[in-house]
Amino acid sequence: MRTNGILRLVARFLIPLIMLFGLYIQFHGEYSPGGGFQAGLVFASAWILFALIYGLDSALQVVPFRAQYVGACLGVLLYSLIGVLGVALGGRFLDYGPLAESPQAAQQTGIILVELGVGITVATVAMLFFTMFARRKSELEQLGEDD
Amino acid sequence: MLFAIYSLLSAGLFTVLDAGDVALTEAAVGAGISTILFLAVLAMADRHERPARGHNALALAVVTLTGASLIYASADLPDFGSAEAPAQTHVASYYVENTYSDMGIPNMVAAVLASYRSVDTMGEAFVILTAALAVVALLSAPPRRRRRAKPETDGEAPP
Repeated sequence: MRTNGILRLVARFLIPLIMLFGLYIQFHGEYSPGGGFQAGLVFASAWILFALIYGLDSALQVVPFRAQYVGACLGVLLYSLIGVLGVALGGRFLDYGPLAESPQAAQQTGIILVELGVGITVATVAMLFFTMFARRKSELEQLGEDD
Repeated sequence: MLFAIYSLLSAGLFTVLDAGDVALTEAAVGAGISTILFLAVLAMADRHERPARGHNALALAVVTLTGASLIYASADLPDFGSAEAPAQTHVASYYVENTYSDMGIPNMVAAVLASYRSVDTMGEAFVILTAALAVVALLSAPPRRRRRAKPETDGEAPP
């Protein structure tokens, strides 16, 4: 699909918009429908669109495979850290109360950070799935050529 | 394709029912990512299905029994939109009344997911990570040669 001008042009126009929308539903999730899970998927779908148009190799240059699985673990670790932080500051596990002065601000801080963790995990895991399946296909094709 | 269209239609239905979060999830997961993954798997599969020999009577019995009991159980579900349904009477009213004073944010779904039920959501995040680990573990091994291409070099069943 590398040579198809219309696809490339439309993708070049769409990918930034999809990424922007993903960031919007990530950080605007408390006020409008959305949240970490949806935002992560939308963000990952922008990357997958890039991979479909420009090829997996150039997509892996943008987000390397290592970054994908490190990110998947980092998101979950961020979530757990927020939980442990509540304990360390004198509350219970995943208690956002001690994170800030007023209880509402504390809850919002906790929700935003936790959703960020979910978003990072979901985005990188979706990319990871796509990478694994796409790689498998090229490996199978190579095997067919060897025979 | 049909799955994607079905998901998109359900996303529209959820929007009509004022469930924006669910609609967004359905559109992103059902119509987007899972269709892509289905296509990626279908591209790897052979063009023709290997014919299955015989019938699996046990499977038919299990499926029929499960389906029949599900249909039987659906008679006990509360009416659609009923005010006495457990979804309206249990903890939902607490969330509806207290979310804004507790959190100061208008999106109740985000408040329930990330604060009231944050341990559940943490479990979900770990489930997603586990799924990724499983996919990596299964697909990291290099593919084996198919039996059909070279039957004499490989006695194992094709993956």
